[in-house]
Amino acid sequence: MNMTGAELIMRLLERQGITTIAGIPGGANLPMYDAFHTSSIQHILVRHEQAAGFMAQGMARTTGLPAVCFATSGPGATNILTAIADAKLDSVPVICITGQVPTGLIGSDAFQEIDTYGLTVPITKHNYLVRTVEELLTVIPDAFRIAMSGRPGPVVIDVPKDVQSARIEFDAYPEPGAPDAPPRFSHDDIFRAAGLINASEKPVIYAGAGIIGSNAAPALHALAEKASIPVACTLLGLGSMPDSHPLYLGMLGMHGSRGTNMIMEECDLVIALGVRFDDRATGKAAEFCPKAHIIHIDIDRSELGKIKLPMLGIEADVRLAIEALLPEVGADKRSDWTARTTELREAHPMAMPGADDLLTPYGIIRQTAAMLDDDAIISTDVGQHQMWTAQAYPFTYPRQWLTSGGLGTMGFGLPTAIGAAVAFPERTSVCFSGDGSILMNIQELATAVEINANVKIVLLNNGHLGLVRQQQELFYGARYMASRFEARPDFATIARGFGMAACDLANEANPAEALAAALRQPGPCFINVPIAEEDCVFPMVPPGAANHTMIGGETHATA
Amino acid sequence: MQQRDPHEEMNPNEADHDEATCEGGCCSKGAAYDPPAPKAPAGTVVPTVVLRLSVRNHPGVMSHVCGMFARRAFNLEGILVLPVMDGTTSTMLLLVHDDRRLDQLERQLSKLEDVLEIHREATGHRAFAAVAEFIG
Repeated sequence: MNMTGAELIMRLLERQGITTIAGIPGGANLPMYDAFHTSSIQHILVRHEQAAGFMAQGMARTTGLPAVCFATSGPGATNILTAIADAKLDSVPVICITGQVPTGLIGSDAFQEIDTYGLTVPITKHNYLVRTVEELLTVIPDAFRIAMSGRPGPVVIDVPKDVQSARIEFDAYPEPGAPDAPPRFSHDDIFRAAGLINASEKPVIYAGAGIIGSNAAPALHALAEKASIPVACTLLGLGSMPDSHPLYLGMLGMHGSRGTNMIMEECDLVIALGVRFDDRATGKAAEFCPKAHIIHIDIDRSELGKIKLPMLGIEADVRLAIEALLPEVGADKRSDWTARTTELREAHPMAMPGADDLLTPYGIIRQTAAMLDDDAIISTDVGQHQMWTAQAYPFTYPRQWLTSGGLGTMGFGLPTAIGAAVAFPERTSVCFSGDGSILMNIQELATAVEINANVKIVLLNNGHLGLVRQQQELFYGARYMASRFEARPDFATIARGFGMAACDLANEANPAEALAAALRQPGPCFINVPIAEEDCVFPMVPPGAANHTMIGGETHATA
Repeated sequence: MQQRDPHEEMNPNEADHDEATCEGGCCSKGAAYDPPAPKAPAGTVVPTVVLRLSVRNHPGVMSHVCGMFARRAFNLEGILVLPVMDGTTSTMLLLVHDDRRLDQLERQLSKLEDVLEIHREATGHRAFAAVAEFIG
């Protein structure tokens, strides 16, 4: 076979099953763009490279498979960094292929030259600067293998323009990259874990993104049900247990319900499954579950003991570990513990003031959920609306919920929702956003219109950087600084300017009817929802404090 | 990143470490070394241990190893690197603190794709002592 490096890249991506790539062309990746003409891969032109990275995340987070984005050298590469870093912190398999100036110009400060390799070392699982066209035969499959193996993560491949244009002759394509076998774990450890669980009177499962990444939700349900163990989820673990499940405690941590955090305080055993003891979940780590032993199962060995020393740490694919654990764990009704957890949950439930009023945070989220089919995909930006959605949306299955957890990137929501809509065009992709976040990637309204993505943006508009305003109110003596927007864009008009259908529930005689109609109509739609600026997300654990020091969220409270 | 002279030891923790003149990998683009961890109080001797790494030999591998130390705030007292045999791999000796974070440090190092093998080197201090004759 004889072809250019750029053509080889496209063939190898096709062989990995890639059907869609988001990106922006520029000087240094034009050979790759030329190769789209002879490829089955569809290209989606975004309006800012960061959105290409987030669209790839939307595809990868919903399918569980690696997705690809393209950017050119220099500013193209620097623009996409945030989305790559976001994928690293949330363990999302994204392959980013950047153009680079020709090999001979590297190091000369050439036009649009930047050290993409150096910039991406700390924010990728691995990265490459391809020096010869022959290397592509190993680098591309390897990148997919690395992105998918163990704990997933992003891989950046920087390809100089002359490598893209160079011709290569080779006999056979390499095998597509496939994930490495999961780590082997000892059955002695499984027996020990089962012994600890069987001896525990008050166990709790603390479940995270690893459950979703390893498709362990059914195994998790079986374990919880057999041994009557309640399950609390991290922000990224939401969806691993259906909201309606009697053993489901909802989210724990900074904005978890009071009852859930109290149950964590009382438990005598934490079974930590696919989690990393993030500070937003644990609060002050030294005081997290003070009465409990910890069993920690994760596929990333470096997470075991990183924050909390477990009594037993098992490096394993969490689905395989739970499946091995199941026959060893005794069926147990745990009547006393079940009664106690029920009591705590009933006394301190997740308070959702205003849930009956559409023009409140909980109201718009709950009523939007009620109007949507179960297969709707929900993404958010970052801020109050994100936490309200995490608290209030009744998620039912894994990969339904897309949010920026580790990096907390405002601007994540819209392009990620478009990516989800591309991956699942028959489903409705809903992005809850805020008036701060949406402006950080609002140019992608053009992309959504151009490809007629079935994306509904529900904008919770309070004219503020709400979570900043909230922290200034609670922890900085209500000395507000730079958290209020004096200029209040008319978002419905802006959306219409992009050619998108839009409605503003502030101006609707029947807001519920307008919302239902907007969600029902095919194609993209923008829904502006005015909410009160003083609403706070409660309960809230102050940053750095222990989870038992929750502020607000009592059921008798009105705010 | 320049391939550094493998016969030279570098100590990025030195107070007078100068990025402008440093020829070691630690100050190359993308891997500026700014250890946030406090130094041990003067007079205390921190026990050290030497880790022997087998790594892929390419221009970016020093960025990966040094960068990991910087961003996870691990102490790195010294590095020795030499290519092995046909030059496809290198051996790296890392002089690091033998404290409670050593286990975590080894786990993070072993996650780097370019790090092929890692183990503690009982006789490694001799290598650093020998090199010390040529530097400083």
